[in-house]
Amino acid sequence: MKSMVGRLNFGLFKTRNNLVGKIVDVIKASPDIDDDVYDELEEILIEADVGVGTSSKLIENLKKKIDELGIRKSENIINFLKYAVKGLIESNSSREAAVRLFEFDVKPLVIMIVGVNGTGKTTSIGKLAYHYKKMNKKVLLSAADTFRAAASEQLEIWSDRAGVDVVRNQPGADPASVAYDSLQAAIKRDIDVLIVDTAGRLHTKVNLMEELKKIKRVLKKLDETSPHVTLLVLDATTGQNGLNQAKQFTQSIGVDGIILTKLDGTAKGGVILSINDELGVPVKFIGIGEQLDDLQPFDAQEFVEALFQ
Amino acid sequence: MFQDLTDKLEVIVRTIRGQGKVTEANISGSLKEVRRVLLEADVNYKVAKHFIESVKERALGREVIKSITPGQQIIKIIYDELAGIMGKVDVPLDLSGSTPHVIMLTGLQGSGKTTLAGKLAAHLKNINRTVMLVAADIQRPAAVRQLQVVGETVGVSVFTDSDSNPVKICQSALNHAKRSGIDTIILDTAGRLHIDEPLMNELLEIKSNTNPREILFVADGMTGQDAVNTAKDFLQWIDFTGIVLTKMDGDARGGAALSIRMVTGKPIKYLSVGEKMDALEKFHPDRMASRILGMGDVLTLVEKAQQTVDQEKAAKLERKLRRQEFTFEDFYDQIQQIKNMGPLDQLMKMIPGLKSSMLKGMSFDDRSFSKIEAIINSMTAEERRRPGIINGSRRKRIAGGSGTTVQDVNQLLKQFQMMQKMMKNMNKGKLKGFLFN
Repeated sequence: MKSMVGRLNFGLFKTRNNLVGKIVDVIKASPDIDDDVYDELEEILIEADVGVGTSSKLIENLKKKIDELGIRKSENIINFLKYAVKGLIESNSSREAAVRLFEFDVKPLVIMIVGVNGTGKTTSIGKLAYHYKKMNKKVLLSAADTFRAAASEQLEIWSDRAGVDVVRNQPGADPASVAYDSLQAAIKRDIDVLIVDTAGRLHTKVNLMEELKKIKRVLKKLDETSPHVTLLVLDATTGQNGLNQAKQFTQSIGVDGIILTKLDGTAKGGVILSINDELGVPVKFIGIGEQLDDLQPFDAQEFVEALFQ
Repeated sequence: MFQDLTDKLEVIVRTIRGQGKVTEANISGSLKEVRRVLLEADVNYKVAKHFIESVKERALGREVIKSITPGQQIIKIIYDELAGIMGKVDVPLDLSGSTPHVIMLTGLQGSGKTTLAGKLAAHLKNINRTVMLVAADIQRPAAVRQLQVVGETVGVSVFTDSDSNPVKICQSALNHAKRSGIDTIILDTAGRLHIDEPLMNELLEIKSNTNPREILFVADGMTGQDAVNTAKDFLQWIDFTGIVLTKMDGDARGGAALSIRMVTGKPIKYLSVGEKMDALEKFHPDRMASRILGMGDVLTLVEKAQQTVDQEKAAKLERKLRRQEFTFEDFYDQIQQIKNMGPLDQLMKMIPGLKSSMLKGMSFDDRSFSKIEAIINSMTAEERRRPGIINGSRRKRIAGGSGTTVQDVNQLLKQFQMMQKMMKNMNKGKLKGFLFN
């Protein structure tokens, strides 16, 4: 069996795939559109973690469109696909709660950050705090991850970097009580934006999802409309499980938008297409590095271009 | 874990089973479905393609012609291929040669290195090694502090250094270990991108300075298609010795396991399955393959049961059951033993024939036991032995004492009665299986 692994290692994985190069190859090989062209395009999507279901759906729609328009040459097909992908992404971008991130009339705007372990919640919060700080907003962070070792210290360092305050409690304290204290402090201190950090949790752990619900309930005691926005932090290297994550978090506490992190690697984060398609949860920010300003508002056009690069 | 993949393969295999003969037509249809399953499980599409090719090749070759039952033959071929890709034996950590041994943990950001460092330390400490954790991640804020807390939790010393160069930190940690008779050090390096050349170079320097016995590539079990790129690059830079897959207690299908194993040829040594410090499992490729094919992970379950069930108590209980003397005291003992076997939801997943779809929406949290325990704890010794005497006022008292409601107590009593009835009807053969011995 060792030989089989060796064989594969030898033959299949010599070069990193270059999608653009591949598309050019496909088009050269089949100047006229045929099933091979569609198969190749589908594979490109799958390799970007778009997922089988959403990929076939996109390709089916593409086929229909191409037939409708009577296009026969492969050359332009990629632009049609890009257009379709962009359409899928943009169809959900106007959700009210998510738009609130950029234009809000509440005070304080309460943003709750959730996600599985290691996706980059705390880092994203540091950057998000900086983002609002630059907009001249008064920002407060809430260290409601009382579970993971040194999580609040980590948040504190980010708060220093961003130049904002943080409310924290003892490790092991009830996260809901930390969130409550934070909102109380935010109201008292005339804060514009309160960002609540929560412990990473696998979406399959029922009791941990209950804990998130409790945090939400407790926040509502002080402000019925809070948290105004709940953002799910999703690691771009995550495969199809990303959809499960989005589903479970949406079902349990409601998710208004996504922060897609680690896009500075080689992963494409294509699973957000399935998430858009099935759940309609839009991406609002992307994380592209470890510096304070490495968080950017999501741009569908840029994302689509990157997907096919 | 691989449960969803298992479910789907099971359906496909059943379809093949129902047909008398394996033909090119029916197998390629099924294999197309297998390909889809693999892709949905995040197996890299090239790996999936290759897997399908080799299964097809073997299925249509002489093996099938020889075969009397083509269905079984295909299951065996798929199983063999899967097991083949993931390796044949479980490969333990290499702790041979002169001490101190250096174990180096590497991987992307957020893959779970620091948590794994703690688990490995706990594991090695259990087998009587003197372990020291080394805080070589000075990149991520508070990573050093995190490792210190983890070290405290598992009772292992943590080496920290104010030096801003991880290479130097690891070097002085090794020197310190040599001087103080520590036999294993675990280097917790900063998470980094495989395309970050300066940082990958740094790893290489740490490697050449400390000469690690083991370099483990720590990968998130939920990783998608990109797993092959990351693994390949880390391999090229530092030629790691083994793989650890983390967050495997979620519902990720774990196709990354196949992908990474296939492109690197390195063994998967552990699965990380939870946030507690003992949530570390050895990787058994054969078991994983059976699991994928719907045979359940019976071996792991049996092993766990053997580890935790007190044989003497079990025998005593069996005698009691035969004489129909099962009491709440025995019931309480049983709960304790099951709890010792590990988180309930994970145990459930190992049971063959239990599909993840059946478990959906059900909470198998250990806390579901705590109510029962509380109720039993609030009973008097007499009540535990003779539940028949628990009348209305006793129920009220028990509910009050255990922080539950009378309805809860009633429910438990009812369940207990049913259990006693069930045991009466059970024949002795079945009883043995029920008790895991």
